[in-house]
Amino acid sequence: MQLAREELEQAYKQMKTIREFEEHLHREIMTGAIPGFTHLYAGQEAVAVGVCENLTNKDYITSTHRGHGHCIAKGVDVIGMMKELYGKADGVCKGKGGSMHVADMDVGMLGANGIVGGGPPLATGAALAAKLDGKGGVAVSFSGDGSCNQGPVFEAMNIAAILKLPSVYVYENNRYSEHTHCSYVIASESIASRVEGFGIHTVKANGLDFFEVHEVMNELITKAREGNGPVAVEFDTTRFYGHFEGDPQDYRAPGELEDDRENNDCLKIFKTKVTEAGLLSEEDIGKLDDEVNSLIEESVEQAKASPLPSAEDVTTDVYVSY
Amino acid sequence: MTEKTYREALTDALHQEMARDENVIVMGEDVVGGSGSPHAEPGFVGGVFGVTSGLYEEFGIERCIDMPISEAGIAGTAAGAALAGKRPVAEIMFCDFMGLCLDQLMNQAAKFRYMFGGKATCPMVLRTCYGAGMNAASQHSQSLHPMITAIPGLKVAMPSTPADAKGLLTTAIRDEDPVIFFEHKTLYALSGDVPDGEHLVPFGKARIVSEGDDCTLVATGRMISFCENAAQALADDGITCDIIDPRTTSPLDEDAILDSVEKTGRLVVVDETPPRCSFASDIAALAASEVFSSLKAPVKQLTGPHSPVPFAKELEGAFLPSPNKIKDLVSEVVNYK
Repeated sequence: MQLAREELEQAYKQMKTIREFEEHLHREIMTGAIPGFTHLYAGQEAVAVGVCENLTNKDYITSTHRGHGHCIAKGVDVIGMMKELYGKADGVCKGKGGSMHVADMDVGMLGANGIVGGGPPLATGAALAAKLDGKGGVAVSFSGDGSCNQGPVFEAMNIAAILKLPSVYVYENNRYSEHTHCSYVIASESIASRVEGFGIHTVKANGLDFFEVHEVMNELITKAREGNGPVAVEFDTTRFYGHFEGDPQDYRAPGELEDDRENNDCLKIFKTKVTEAGLLSEEDIGKLDDEVNSLIEESVEQAKASPLPSAEDVTTDVYVSY
Repeated sequence: MTEKTYREALTDALHQEMARDENVIVMGEDVVGGSGSPHAEPGFVGGVFGVTSGLYEEFGIERCIDMPISEAGIAGTAAGAALAGKRPVAEIMFCDFMGLCLDQLMNQAAKFRYMFGGKATCPMVLRTCYGAGMNAASQHSQSLHPMITAIPGLKVAMPSTPADAKGLLTTAIRDEDPVIFFEHKTLYALSGDVPDGEHLVPFGKARIVSEGDDCTLVATGRMISFCENAAQALADDGITCDIIDPRTTSPLDEDAILDSVEKTGRLVVVDETPPRCSFASDIAALAASEVFSSLKAPVKQLTGPHSPVPFAKELEGAFLPSPNKIKDLVSEVVNYK
């Protein structure tokens, strides 16, 4: 499937924005300017963007503790997100949520999630709503390899299958459930083979190649939109940073991260493909890089200048009315 | 006595009990760490806060067991193993994740003995960390001890010092009932003298942290040090306080609390949970019911507000009790006319 020039530029820009957002956080967390627990998505960008480029604002996604990439790919305001991570009053969640709880209902982003396996049941519910609305909307849950061992995830997939819901279960297998290798905690041959047991059409694919992700998702999401019931996919991918920022990653082989950065970087793979095929030039990419870098700089500048929340804000938003 | 951190004191208790009784097993997410990695030797994590460090090396994977991210599975496996004669010490990484395994605790472990007419025991410990103070936001900062304390059949321990961490965990492991063991995540690096060798702190026996005449402060966990700071500042104004750490909220040392309130005539309960149906309201009701005639002022509760724990530093700070807030409330109570 041939993508138009604007689509290629958009895809690259989204992936690059996620990468630079995360690289900035990685540097800034070491200075102590970002409070709390932060889990970075760098390395997995092709999945979030390859999926979300097939979605519109009428579609929903749910996310994980490693959620910044999903949020950006789904169209959450990058400046508002940066403000949120700095704990500012005008962040997308008013400084109440932080990294693990970024959300924006207006773009169908139903929340990053601090609970492993918290998202798939919610996506199942959003898919139920989409089915009842009858406008062709779908709901996608992004979750990691760790989440496939949570009971509520099993229950959600079964419910989606029996109700033929337009839900899409995306498993991003970056090989490490926190600090433990997936081979130890997943007894089945793969996540995909397990999910098939629920009667859900499932595919296993390379999550490092944007084009493969985009194509696979185009097919699966179309199938779900057309009312054929839930679909699922397991993408093999890698993360460049630890489970959380500060994780020394002693469970990875010497040289593994360097090798991933060199040979398994989804952004590099994308660039090589589009330049070799003459779809985008080095110059085109350089221009997009500049745009992304200015956006990130702008977001940091604004985040640092934004007002702090005040003590009275603690008890607002607990209820709509009480 | 050896100076140890709260974390080391907990490890010490686990180590001693695993060496003493081969039925004691440890299980949880990353309690070993690195399992299955084609690259790393297992054992280097020892729990995300390092409490189970060294247990795998000493006792092997059969007794220090890495688990998938499956909280319901972990809690249920522990409960079943306990019914069948083991003494599992399961770890739920953050108490917030107990939401995923509440059925196994509330409907299973807590009720076996009663439902089966006293013919079963479920000697499991579920260790978990709780509390705010690290800007970890709403799903990693809760203090759920009131909810768990409200469930008959579960015992609840929450140490505030390294010595109590060791003594209470040892007692928990030897207890025949299921014990939910709350460790405050900001206390792991706290140092203090810890008894060497076997050290047991009985359940249901409060620690009198300090003695005074004017007001009784009741608190647990991290709030104890907040109370101590407030009491020092109050002493400069000539106000002295009893500080009581119940150490276990179930069973509860009611006598220690009531004796103190009878002496001082005033009570302030400090806890970092929201106020409704809470530990603070429970203790306040106890005093109001049992020693009403001794009270010289209304019983006061200093808690978080009725909201989830927020993320931003300024919001989390506003949510939590503080030494200053405690000092002001005690002054108000002491000056009540």
